[in-house]
Amino acid sequence: MLVSIYRYNPEKDDAPYMQDFEIELPKGKDLMVLDVLNLLKAQDPSISYRRSCREGVCGSDGMNMSGKNGLACITPVSVAAKNNKLVLRPLPGLPVVRDLVVDMAQFYKQYEKIKPFLINDNPAPAIERLQSPEEREKLDGLYECILCACCSTACPSFWWNPDKFVGPSGLLQAYRFLADSRDTATQERLSDLDDPFSVFRCHGIMNCVNVCPKGLNPTKAIGNIRTMLLQRAT
Amino acid sequence: MVTQITSFGRSGLYDWMMQRISALVLSVYSIFIIGYLVLNPDLTYEQWSGLFETTAMRIFSLLALLSVGIHSWIGLWSVSTDYIKATGVRFFFQSLCGLAMFIYVVWGVQVLWGL
Repeated sequence: MLVSIYRYNPEKDDAPYMQDFEIELPKGKDLMVLDVLNLLKAQDPSISYRRSCREGVCGSDGMNMSGKNGLACITPVSVAAKNNKLVLRPLPGLPVVRDLVVDMAQFYKQYEKIKPFLINDNPAPAIERLQSPEEREKLDGLYECILCACCSTACPSFWWNPDKFVGPSGLLQAYRFLADSRDTATQERLSDLDDPFSVFRCHGIMNCVNVCPKGLNPTKAIGNIRTMLLQRAT
Repeated sequence: MVTQITSFGRSGLYDWMMQRISALVLSVYSIFIIGYLVLNPDLTYEQWSGLFETTAMRIFSLLALLSVGIHSWIGLWSVSTDYIKATGVRFFFQSLCGLAMFIYVVWGVQVLWGL
């Protein structure tokens, strides 16, 4: 099978280029894209990419596989390859450090902006802050995000305004804390989001939902944030 | 938080709401005009100008006209902040859009009232 990989080493190359590799895949089993990368790295140790848990939990190996963002470790080659060709590129929109490794600083900056931690100034109870099963249920589909950046880097609004638009991943986390019954900073959180960019640059095209490897729905969370803002203002 | 001062209402929620309300007005107005034309195939000039002389129709048309201005300003402001990165060019484009919308509204008022 033909594997085309985005190569860029800023110390040596003037510009990025695509390098083609021909690889013989073992018959009778469907490898994951990460397995293919590991085989290729044995051939050419200079290929750079991030990976860690190799089972879709750590979120390190987010990349663009034949045009669609996803985690290389849980995407079968049969799904990612088109016409027996696999094209691997770094996540779009973020600065490339080397080959498939991107600089996530902008992404984390947006995450930091939404204050991704529980704010509650009331004295902590002796054991823990309790929630009813119903209150806990509201966090399902929100807390599972692994910050792989597949969604935000698939979002054109994030490409054009990565410094101002929080992006689907950050907004999913913003709603995770807005929806938490134990958090008491709801009003402050909403005030921080009510500007023309942070939330409202989302035009609901749902690229984020389409690529999320964990099957989460940031567009729905963004809709809920809008409803909360509207309820507060009218 | 991004404090942006050249959008329409300065608040993201307000712009978003106005964009939707104006869209609703424009769709109702379009449906009404198309419906009126379909239901009156033998439309005469007198009937048509008579329609626009009623106060209700003038209110409705002015509402639609203002909606065009608001809707296109919010929309084009968003487009320009997405795609035009040079501040000078963006400012020029936004000024041009603002001017065009102002002209359309004033011109539309003239047409409506036959001034």
